[in-house]
Amino acid sequence: MSQPNFGFDDDCALFRDSARKFLGTHAGLDGLRRATALDPQPARMPTAWPSEDAWQAAHQLGFVAAAVPEAHGGLRLPRAALVALAEELGKHAFPSATESTLMVALLARRALATHPDSVAAATLFTRLGEGARATLAVCNADGDWEHASSVQHTLSGKQRTLRGSAHFVQDAGQSEWFLVRSEGPSGVELMLIPGSASGLRRQRDGIVDLTREQGTLHFDGVVVAASEVLEGGDALLAASMPDVWLLLAADMVGASEWLLQTTVEYAKVRTQFDKAIGSFQGVKHPLVNAMMAIDRAKSLVYAAADALDRGAEDALLLAHMAKAAAAEAAAFTSNRAVQLHGGIGFTWESDVHFFFKRNKHSELLFGDAAYHQARVAGLLLDA
Amino acid sequence: MTSPPESLSASSAEQETFRAYCRAWLSDNRPPPPPVRLPQHPIETMTHAQLDYLQAWQKRCYDAGLVGTDYPVEYGGRGHKGFQRIANEEMNRARTPFLVNMVGLGMAAPTIYHHASEELKRELLPPLLSGEQIWCQGFSEPGSGSDLASVQASLAPDPSSPGDYLLNGHKVWTSLAHFAQWMILLVRTSRDHKYKGLSYYVVPTQGHPGVTVRPLIKMTGETGFNEVIFEDAPVKDAWRLGATGEGWSVAMTTLLHERGAGPLVTPAGGVGSEGLAHNVRGLIALAHEQRRNGRPAAEDPHVRARIAALAIRERAMVEGGKRARCGALVDHPMRLPLQGKLASTELAQDLAAAALEIEGPAASLYLSDERAPVGGQWALAYMNSFGMTIAAGTSEIQRNILGERVLGLPKSA
Repeated sequence: MSQPNFGFDDDCALFRDSARKFLGTHAGLDGLRRATALDPQPARMPTAWPSEDAWQAAHQLGFVAAAVPEAHGGLRLPRAALVALAEELGKHAFPSATESTLMVALLARRALATHPDSVAAATLFTRLGEGARATLAVCNADGDWEHASSVQHTLSGKQRTLRGSAHFVQDAGQSEWFLVRSEGPSGVELMLIPGSASGLRRQRDGIVDLTREQGTLHFDGVVVAASEVLEGGDALLAASMPDVWLLLAADMVGASEWLLQTTVEYAKVRTQFDKAIGSFQGVKHPLVNAMMAIDRAKSLVYAAADALDRGAEDALLLAHMAKAAAAEAAAFTSNRAVQLHGGIGFTWESDVHFFFKRNKHSELLFGDAAYHQARVAGLLLDA
Repeated sequence: MTSPPESLSASSAEQETFRAYCRAWLSDNRPPPPPVRLPQHPIETMTHAQLDYLQAWQKRCYDAGLVGTDYPVEYGGRGHKGFQRIANEEMNRARTPFLVNMVGLGMAAPTIYHHASEELKRELLPPLLSGEQIWCQGFSEPGSGSDLASVQASLAPDPSSPGDYLLNGHKVWTSLAHFAQWMILLVRTSRDHKYKGLSYYVVPTQGHPGVTVRPLIKMTGETGFNEVIFEDAPVKDAWRLGATGEGWSVAMTTLLHERGAGPLVTPAGGVGSEGLAHNVRGLIALAHEQRRNGRPAAEDPHVRARIAALAIRERAMVEGGKRARCGALVDHPMRLPLQGKLASTELAQDLAAAALEIEGPAASLYLSDERAPVGGQWALAYMNSFGMTIAAGTSEIQRNILGERVLGLPKSA
């Protein structure tokens, strides 16, 4: 049986309130506009904003601790709180390593469940407690995290030496720790590697989304000790992917809600043919369809979060459904938001493009709608 | 509107006790198989054989306290709080026959409860809840569909009975009218104002003077809905719900409940004709049975994508129903409830369309051909689905309502 409110209890509500208050102070589109308005080049670096102070403030509020076990200094809130936070981050298009760090924290938490003495996980939680950022470096150049790894290691004694590259690494420039997927004689392994490791080079990607930061990691003989290998390997990564999908899905729910409400407000005030354009059904009905698509995604995100907390049998199905539904909602809402804003929506001057780009980034990362839909079909039809 | 009974919900322990009771009763009292094929939906009940069977079942459920349980005792209920939703869930789970007096339970009862006089409530609600008196709805007219407030059926003073009226007019798409004892009626009492010129009455139909019920045949070939013609039919003023001229706002109570968004939970649950699981489960079973391009349809990439997309919508609707009860996870209280009718009827239509595609050319076989897959029920379901996307406010009107009431967009012309 699902929990009442999908596990979103009073503690979760307080946590979300503090996140909203934080975003009210530190987010705001002025910052984004300032950081981008004068220099509209696609490859610019958005990391000048938010400030390091904002990250530290978020850390103090427990944005990351919410996913960390209490035994390791965390708060361990229900997943409903984490997706609610991601929803708020999306709604503010907030540039932050929060979601990346939460993904790694949840993966390490899962490792601890089967390996309570994991040194790598304990070390990670200590660093996260000190305010470090961490991110997944698990994709090859195809954006694939399941098949051939583009990072390989050799083994000498218990020491691994890494070569190759990890792609589409979120927040690569600002993260202090990387969770790297590497393939070698010891099989596919997950390793927690500091950004300062010798032989590791970060290359910034020039990306469309102005609210995120992404890079490629190049490994040229990076030496990894046995204590830095996180127990569990590919099975652990696979089991942890639902959390990755849910955080991205929740971000899309939030960003899409902003696009919906902003477009609705515009449709109320913009007049043509002496009428507010929102009175025309050609404008009104697509906005209703966008709302319904967002609501489908949101319901599935919270249901999946609850199912994962409970270890329910259909948690994987719900997580695939949530990412598929969110990606579809994001694609449709973003598309209509630009179209229904008309000419102004097509400009750099309008805020719509921040959310449009953020949504497209989230849609395509870690499996698009078609990928997740195919998995849903497999679970339902091939059982 | 008075406060809804289930706004005070019973403790979860009481609810669980009631759930256990419902489950046990439904298991011990499962009715015998129907003597005839049941319709897919209560409002498609065509024959007396179907009606008698379904009416008897509703009466037994009512006597057991599964129908109308949230209504006050003096109106035929049990005076419980928040029990009806549980009874509904258990009737659905038990897959017992559905409750036939659907227009009465879903539309007339909440309107009577909120707007009728004390005498009317005590007289009309008990036999409505038990299913002994069948109800129909007299809203639409040939010239008044989506523009419902333009109804022309009208009341004129009855010269033989001062203070009472004679009704003249023409109502259409009247499901169950061929069986109904009573009708909820939207009628014009003034031509000076469009909305303020409407009043709301309950009127007897079967055997009442000046009332003619004629069956209309649907595109499916089935009957079950009707046109009702009133020619100087006597109407007592005591049958009015709400003040004269307030019919439109009374009708809003009816429509809100009809769309599943009203404060009273409609007693409803169970299934119709056996053999058709009109859901993703049914579609999956079909995809495993049918072949396409020389292999099982369940292996066809197009079929797989289509089923997955529908499964996502179906599950989202279920989870949305749960989320609608989580105040902290909804931005606007009517946002999810007002989507229910639109989302469920369009999903039902798309499910049936997908089923026909999976069946391929065999979908051409209808009820009359014993070789038809699933007895031709998907072809029937697809055609019938338009009844649902058109009735109770078309999908287009639902999108206007959602756009205006939830998103706050200006009214469409």
